[in-house]
Amino acid sequence: MKTTRRQRKFGHHLVIYAGATLAVLFCVFPFYYAILTSLRTGQELFLPSYLPSGYHWHNYVVALVDNGIARSLLNSVLVASVTVGICLLVAITASFALARVPFRGRKFLLFTILCVSMFPQVAVLTGMFELVRFLGLYDSLGALVLSYTTFSLPFTVWVLTTFMKSIPVELEEAAIVDGAKTWTIIRRVFAPILAPALVTTGLLAFIGAWNEFMFALTFIISGDKRTVPVAISMFSGASTFELPWGSIMAASVVVTLPIIILVLIFQKRIVSGLTSGAIKG
Amino acid sequence: MAHSGYQQRRRRIAWILVAPALLLLALAAGWPLVRTFFFSFTNAMLDNPSEYQMVGLANYYAANGGDSRGVLVDPLWWQAVGNTLWFTVVSVGLELLFGMLLALLMNQKFRGQGLVRTAILVPWAIPTIVSAKMWGWMFHDQYGVVNDLLAKIFGYQAHLAWIAEPSLSMWAVVIADVWKTTPFMALMLLAALQLIPTDLYEAARVDGASAWQRFKRITLPLIMPAMIVALIFRIMDAMRIFDLIFVLTSNSEATMSVSGYAREQIISYQDMGVGSAASVLVFMMVAGIAACFIRVSRLNEKEKR
Repeated sequence: MKTTRRQRKFGHHLVIYAGATLAVLFCVFPFYYAILTSLRTGQELFLPSYLPSGYHWHNYVVALVDNGIARSLLNSVLVASVTVGICLLVAITASFALARVPFRGRKFLLFTILCVSMFPQVAVLTGMFELVRFLGLYDSLGALVLSYTTFSLPFTVWVLTTFMKSIPVELEEAAIVDGAKTWTIIRRVFAPILAPALVTTGLLAFIGAWNEFMFALTFIISGDKRTVPVAISMFSGASTFELPWGSIMAASVVVTLPIIILVLIFQKRIVSGLTSGAIKG
Repeated sequence: MAHSGYQQRRRRIAWILVAPALLLLALAAGWPLVRTFFFSFTNAMLDNPSEYQMVGLANYYAANGGDSRGVLVDPLWWQAVGNTLWFTVVSVGLELLFGMLLALLMNQKFRGQGLVRTAILVPWAIPTIVSAKMWGWMFHDQYGVVNDLLAKIFGYQAHLAWIAEPSLSMWAVVIADVWKTTPFMALMLLAALQLIPTDLYEAARVDGASAWQRFKRITLPLIMPAMIVALIFRIMDAMRIFDLIFVLTSNSEATMSVSGYAREQIISYQDMGVGSAASVLVFMMVAGIAACFIRVSRLNEKEKR
């Protein structure tokens, strides 16, 4: 009896570890292969192999300098930071009211905001095109900040609201007894507790803006104003016959690495942010 | 008494606190949406949007003697609808299956748990465009690693043209999408799994319930609400897919999604009217599905009570 149980336990473990290995391989392999490709040049590139054969950094230079990925990185950082800054600023007060003040129409507002975050981007494309032209923002990074608000703002308000709801009422009541005004409560009581939540939400919104493609493709025409996704999608080589896969992969690695590092640093918070955004909804 | 006075004052302030966000949303989302609706009834062209005439429903459907025109009679639109629905069902279905397996796995206690959690965040963190390029390279018909792996592991020597072959290209899109978004699904489900009290399982085990019975009778009902929410998010996301297809398969007809169709009308053909009409239809598809889900989940809640 005892051995069978042990055997069963062993089998159980075997399944778990086999599954875990398979999952890790499946998740990490494409990125590993991209790094591998980015370090190869010439004929080597076209012989699939699974271990590094040499370290040619040439592709990185081509991608960053010749193809202007360095410039696009800067544009992306700029657009994503400004978008996140604006969204967090207006989302903090809005989410405070939505989470902590029982006013009329609150449920309706929250529902509307959730609906907006589910808009298909293409549904606002023509209207946004007109607005961007009207404001004189066509082919400028400002057009991207404006259009990214469409999906970043509802997202930040929604996630911050769920975070604020989880703060105990007692904290707020103590401040009220001490005679604090609403604005003081937001600034002195909520902001410090919310700091981690703000980092998480900001980071998630940053990633969203960093990855956006359709608006960036539509509202920007100058090569030096492209964001990273558009720059990568338009990557071209010296020859029109063969795509320069080595440099494309180098560029891909360069734009992904900062995000992966950020995600790994804030791993726990990202997971809680992602799930609180969806599950409690 | 002082307290209620305070709450009343705060209720008044609430609107002031919400106002900036609402104004910004109205400007960046509300107004453009209204204008898109408006343009769908005009014949405006992209190069000169201020000069247009109202054409009523002609962009959607217009019978003109024997031949009719409009988005609703364009075979390519229906192809795009079919592609989008097929993609949504297959890819969200696979994600739910793999996501559930992955979540159940991560819910077990084993060494190296943290490593799995970290690894599954990698696909999620990679920008869609980058993953499109990476898979494009891996699916390369001659030098691609996918064909190479098929040959090495299964001895299957055909050099499949994953991207160019219409019957395969949609699968290429699905595989790339499943790779990228299964982690999200797995994390959602894991969060729900971790809220289930463990003594429920112990009690079931004492009663002699099998693993499958425990899953069906305890796990599934308890994570159902979270699963439905995760499914709604994923289905909506899949319905509006654009960038992966645009980059991986260059928006070919075999893989074109409804968003891709609408954007092509607006940008490539410069036809704001027809493009807006298609955009409005995309919006309605997504909104319709959202409404269905909300109804279903409300009915579920009522049943429980």
